[in-house]
Amino acid sequence: MRTRCIVDYGDYESVMGLEVHAHLLTDSKIFCGCSTAFGAEPNSHTCPTCMGLPGALPVLNKKVVDFAIKVGLALHCGISNKSIFARKNYFYPDLPKGYQISQYEEPICTDGYLNIYTDGEKKRIRVNRVHMEEDAGKLVHENTIENSAYSMVDYNRSSTPLLEIVSEPDIATPEEAVTYLKMLRDILLYLEICDGNMEEGSFRCDANISVRKKGSDVLGTRTEMKNLNSFRHVEKSLDYEIERQITLIKKGGQVIQETRFFNADEGVTYSMRGKEEAHDYRYFPEPDLLPIIVDDKWIEEVRKTLPELPMEKMERFMDEYSLPKYDVEILASDKELAHYFEETIKLFPEPKTVSNWIMTELLRELKDGNVSPKDSLLPPAHLAELLTLMKDGTISIKIAKEIFPEIYKTGIAPKKLVEEKGLLQISDESTIMKTINEVIARSPKELADFRAGKEKLLGFFVGQVMKETKGQANPKLLNELLLKRLKGE
Amino acid sequence: MENILDMTITELKGLLRKKEISSVELTAFYLERIKKYDGEILSYLRTTEDYALDMARQADTKIAQGEDAPLLGIPFGMKDILCTKGIETTCASKILKGFIPPYNATVIEKLNQAGYVHLGRLNMDEFAMGSSTENSAFQTTKNPWDVSRIPGGSSGGSAAAVAAGLCVASLGTDTGGSIRQPASLCGVVGMKPTYGRVSRFGLIAFASSLDQIGPLSRNVSDCATILNVIAGYDPLDSTAIPQKTPDYAASLGQDIKGLRIGIPREYSIEGIEPDVKKAMAESISLFEKQGATAVDITLPHTEYAVATYYIICTAEASSNLARYDGVKYGFRQTGKDIIDMYKKTRLKGFGKEVKQRIILGTYVLSSGYYDAYYGKASKVRTLIRRDFDEAFKKCDIVVTPVSPTTAFKTGERTEDPLTMYLSDIFTIPVNLAGLPGLSIPCGFDAGGLPIGLQIIGQPLDEARMLQAAYVFETERKVKKIPDKYSAKT
Repeated sequence: MRTRCIVDYGDYESVMGLEVHAHLLTDSKIFCGCSTAFGAEPNSHTCPTCMGLPGALPVLNKKVVDFAIKVGLALHCGISNKSIFARKNYFYPDLPKGYQISQYEEPICTDGYLNIYTDGEKKRIRVNRVHMEEDAGKLVHENTIENSAYSMVDYNRSSTPLLEIVSEPDIATPEEAVTYLKMLRDILLYLEICDGNMEEGSFRCDANISVRKKGSDVLGTRTEMKNLNSFRHVEKSLDYEIERQITLIKKGGQVIQETRFFNADEGVTYSMRGKEEAHDYRYFPEPDLLPIIVDDKWIEEVRKTLPELPMEKMERFMDEYSLPKYDVEILASDKELAHYFEETIKLFPEPKTVSNWIMTELLRELKDGNVSPKDSLLPPAHLAELLTLMKDGTISIKIAKEIFPEIYKTGIAPKKLVEEKGLLQISDESTIMKTINEVIARSPKELADFRAGKEKLLGFFVGQVMKETKGQANPKLLNELLLKRLKGE
Repeated sequence: MENILDMTITELKGLLRKKEISSVELTAFYLERIKKYDGEILSYLRTTEDYALDMARQADTKIAQGEDAPLLGIPFGMKDILCTKGIETTCASKILKGFIPPYNATVIEKLNQAGYVHLGRLNMDEFAMGSSTENSAFQTTKNPWDVSRIPGGSSGGSAAAVAAGLCVASLGTDTGGSIRQPASLCGVVGMKPTYGRVSRFGLIAFASSLDQIGPLSRNVSDCATILNVIAGYDPLDSTAIPQKTPDYAASLGQDIKGLRIGIPREYSIEGIEPDVKKAMAESISLFEKQGATAVDITLPHTEYAVATYYIICTAEASSNLARYDGVKYGFRQTGKDIIDMYKKTRLKGFGKEVKQRIILGTYVLSSGYYDAYYGKASKVRTLIRRDFDEAFKKCDIVVTPVSPTTAFKTGERTEDPLTMYLSDIFTIPVNLAGLPGLSIPCGFDAGGLPIGLQIIGQPLDEARMLQAAYVFETERKVKKIPDKYSAKT
């Protein structure tokens, strides 16, 4: 396996544009009423339309248009009042009609942008278009495609709805590409129109990449990278491809415009030249569907349903709660987590403390159990309660951290647990003093050493007292009292 | 009893209601005639005798129970292009041999609701591509008026079966004249409704933006009765017009006083046979005698219609026929790999004319040629539509010949596709403009071959066209069935 290599770009710079295919979370397919549910018996979610039977016709699912408008608005695109579907013609067994219904000229959304943070700076990546299209079916093989005697086709996925989101070549580095993809994915998740799962292919990415001499305003010949099904693959394949192209040009060679396939195991890209390349898709307007007319009223109705988006939320959190960028990037990357945060600070208005606890204790537990913040057994009210107990000295930090897993897993209120287990912090001077005196009484040698100047023995006495009080002694008070007593004041 | 071959559906239903004949008897009568005469005419690809008699029995039961439906117990022939659940539907192509649709076309659903009886599948040019029914993969249908001649096409089987009295009526489809031209050459009534008036769901597509289903019958009354059943909005066809349909049959019998009849200047072309010209002139004066006025109109872009049509229809066909790839249904010729299988299947499965048109359509959509061909054709199509819009400011209907000539000899033009294409000059503009067109018999040439008159109407103005046709038919009694086949048995 090839390890990542940071290329010396020398006089060169790289230019990238990304095409993202997002599977939409509609209940039914884009052109028929069949279910989009995943994992059903092969070919059980099919009908004459999505099987491409002779004479069957497509009828547009309006929900897909709603979703496309949503994404368009979130990406600051213009929404076309009239857009059209087109047929993209090619032969493949998973494509039952011999053409894919897509949009070509006149897509529904055009000319938008998405802001990302790169090296602490805000950068605008322009979005060329967002368009609607149908997915193809799936070839299934008994073993691998190479050693199967035949292929089987499952058309359950055929005609499930996709949005294609195409960026302009505004992306300069593989890191930026990943940042852009993460931000785009966060937006789709915020809009609740895509589950964002890259491994299962519901959020797929193809990358166009070229290199050129620094300062040039002419784009070099690009290659198109396919099969990038994780953020890591995107970064690795782009790194590899930039190095390959620069090395090639430096040697006096020329980049060929082609599609390349990323092999994740080897960490290299391969040319897919040949049958894939000669495609002329012969696009023409789909005669079975009328133009999609979206009036301003429709657009405004959709606009009303838009939530606060990740970038706006990040900026507001920094502004309103004075949180560092690192914190807000984590909190705002997930709408549910951001909501959890805001619910908690309503009850415990110390944003940074809440943020720290969410980013460490809570996120660790959520990730371990693969649980969404909204399904957490520990509601914001419990976290606030825990932090309040800590703040007013009822329990120590140590106890708070210790009991966190239990209150997370059981859903029991922190106060109740603390009481039941007798974990209340001891803040009574005489009780603490009594233990201090006991410890000192049985440690004459340590006392003498301390008084002779070995001040680091303070730790020893703190430890002993804590041990006796099972960690419940108020640490601040204990320190004060112990010092006084040791110094014989 | 009067010859039941001369009766309208309304009259036949009277006999059925009065139990003077049963639907089973009527169905058996037609099945007998098919056995007796169709060996010569070859209009049916297959009869569905058991299915027909079963439907007839069900109709008789309903009649006995006093139920009524618009076509209850009436035997029909069906162009083999309309998907019928459980009945082999081939489009007269080897590639669909054995294909049994699991669903009904919307028109078939509507005919079922109306109580019709399905006698069998009628021959046609393969995938409706042709004007003579010589392009069927299975048999060449003969013209009942002269069996050495073609019946027209592509709905040649539908027209010949009606003309020879082998069904009460039939359905055909019309992309560039495929109902009107065979109706004209076989001396029957045929109508192509406004594009979108009748649902195309389940019609095996040739050219989606031009195809339309319509009736062929021996009289205008039946045409109106059938149109009443099949017309109307269908949520399964996005191009179906969401408007209520009038009662076409009820509106028959009104006079045509003051009706303005447009006679297009550009349709006086060379190559119109003198007998056709003469029949036209007589027809116009008949209309005038009934109180109509003839108006000179101009359709300036007529000369581009045939070229425009052959670009648009072949482009759409090349895409529509891509689904016949041997993967899912119909004919498959195995190959050494998938590409080889595609090639062999399509090479052997499609006939010459179909392949010719797929190649032409593929060419005109190809990158680099699109603007010059498909793009320009789409613009000319708009101009042709505007010609009619302008013309209809001066007239209510347009009257033209259907075909410049009467039926030609079988085999006479198979080697000369251009002449064959040009013979559709009067019907093609109607499809390009999406207008309704009707063919009605207006006489015979010196050789005793039928001549058809075309009435072109404004969008959704079928009722007025049928009224004019009904007046014409009442005034000009034309023999509908050749003597040879007009025996009462």
